[in-house]
Amino acid sequence: MAIIRDMIPAFELFQPTSADDAIELLVRYDGDGWVLGGGMDSFDWWKERIKRPTAVVDLVNVASLQGISVTADGVEIGAMTTLTEVATHPELVANYSVLTEAASQIATPQIRNRGTLAGNLAQDTRCWYYRGGWPCYRAGGNTCYASAPTAMNREHAILGTNRCVAVSPSDTAPALIALDAQFVIQGPSGERVVDAEDFFMGPAKDIERMTVLDSDELLTTIRIPSTWAGASFYYEKVEDRKAWDFALMTVATAARLSGGVIEDIRIAVNGAAPVPLRLEASERIVRGQAASEQTGMQAGEAAIQGAQALRHNDYKIPLMRNLVRRAIRGTEA
Amino acid sequence: MSDVEIIGTPERTVSRRKFIMGVIAAGATTSSAGYLFNGPQPLLGALAVQGSVERLITLNVNGQQRRVDVLNQETLAFTLRYKLGLTGTKLGCDRAECGACTVLIDGVPSYACSALTQSVRERQITTIEGLEEADGTLHPVQQAVLDEGGFQCAFCAPGFIMSMVAMVEDNPNPTREEARQALSGNLCRCADYDKILTSAMRAAELSRQQA
Ligand SMILES: Cc1cc2nc3c(=O)[nH]c(=O)nc-3n(C[C@H](O)[C@H](O)[C@H](O)COP(=O)(O)OP(=O)(O)OC[C@H]3O[C@@H](n4cnc5c(N)ncnc54)[C@H](O)[C@@H]3O)c2cc1C
Ligand code: FES
Ligand code: FES
Repeated sequence: MAIIRDMIPAFELFQPTSADDAIELLVRYDGDGWVLGGGMDSFDWWKERIKRPTAVVDLVNVASLQGISVTADGVEIGAMTTLTEVATHPELVANYSVLTEAASQIATPQIRNRGTLAGNLAQDTRCWYYRGGWPCYRAGGNTCYASAPTAMNREHAILGTNRCVAVSPSDTAPALIALDAQFVIQGPSGERVVDAEDFFMGPAKDIERMTVLDSDELLTTIRIPSTWAGASFYYEKVEDRKAWDFALMTVATAARLSGGVIEDIRIAVNGAAPVPLRLEASERIVRGQAASEQTGMQAGEAAIQGAQALRHNDYKIPLMRNLVRRAIRGTEA
Repeated sequence: MSDVEIIGTPERTVSRRKFIMGVIAAGATTSSAGYLFNGPQPLLGALAVQGSVERLITLNVNGQQRRVDVLNQETLAFTLRYKLGLTGTKLGCDRAECGACTVLIDGVPSYACSALTQSVRERQITTIEGLEEADGTLHPVQQAVLDEGGFQCAFCAPGFIMSMVAMVEDNPNPTREEARQALSGNLCRCADYDKILTSAMRAAELSRQQA
């Protein structure tokens, strides 16, 4: 239901050169400002005139948010680093390939060339009722069109729903959760650091948000600790079309093995719930076990505990179970 | 964010009166050129603010410095086509979903429909018009497309060709599969993919010969 119009409605545009200045502007516009990274999530909203910021704060000139640096404790990735830079960085390819695999399968070369890592993490859901401007819970209304009996909800959630059944579309999120990454957030009163899995916000907490970011905060840095450098990784994205498509589901794992036995592991799945999920119950089952089909089956069964299908997404339950099983089985020493 | 404007949804909470007002407002803003230049300019005084942008900019397109008056909300595709007359860059979807608008920004293929001109004003832009040499010699990619008859209606051609130009720079010796990857951000409505890929392989070959 795209309504094609010739121009984006007018807004004030700022291109500050420091994160502090950007935050000052966001404070000044108090909820009516919009942070711009690569714009690959933002332009649709503006072109459809569903969301109309008064002021756009473009981070293109904030040098401190650019680029990747290798530190003694791991890797730090600036918010404005493009997905292409993430996908091709030699240190990331060598030691954190679960992230580079995830980044390199996002959308298309052109989108990866402009889309940023922070934008990928902070992006809004792709539920088409919501994106189409329907006045659903997430848009401040009082219903969920995607869970109505006649709704088209093949892409929607099977776990963790609360009124809203939309999923997080971020493909880098499960990889960064598997890597135990930390996100640095800067706001008017300073900096805070959250674990990757705590960055995302489900509808039970605040139905109109996707992340813990306040309207006057910036995600500045993604920190990957060296804990999982060079570990055994598994990443798989299931999508209808091999390019340009959002995931139906993704799985990402980081594991340490010794003699075929999984000593430690982190497992994350996206596309199953409103937030990317870390599967702690499955992790507990797998630790100390052989990386086998049988262990994988058990972990898969644990993963889908409590899953509930909507009308058109029951396939996601076996899909999730099988992806977890394959990730465990595919985790080689 | 200000009020949500919803048109054409079966269930909606806005009143009919509000809906009609919305349609009138939209009609007024979409048609006239006056909107483009006299549109609402909230907080005019804000120009003095640190980090706010100038409208009159110099854009480096195809090696030329072009002076152009650019709105904050203007996309690069809009500036190229409607301000600079470079209509070789096509607009298909205007939503990052087709690739027809692909241009090079500092040599990197990007959707011109999905970048603000203001965000890329310090960069070098290359469009399809910038490929041939001053004496009319075609770029090897253009020559390859001619040799292989790579397209049918060719609406998608400028976008594909820009992706191919970047491909032969990055990977002068691609496999057909690698070419497929490099061109995966361009759609061809005539589905002439096989000949397009053959053109891409020929383009790489011609570029290697010239190197
Ligand atoms: C056709 C298409 C296909 C896509 N396919 C995929 C896919 O397969 N997988 C996938 O994961 N994604 C996909 N995307 C989604 C997404 O747009 C991109 O992945 C991209 O990374 C978004 O980054 P951006 O910088 O362009 O976003 P922007 O639009 O600039 O930002 C997105 C959101 O994050 C906020 N934001 C950006 N940077 C910051 C910051 N530093 N601090 C605070 N807030 C910030 C913005 O305000 C905005 O709300 C697709 C998009 C399109 C258009
Ligand atoms: S017009 Fe830009 S991708 Fe379709
Ligand atoms: S040749 Fe017609 S769209 Fe590609």
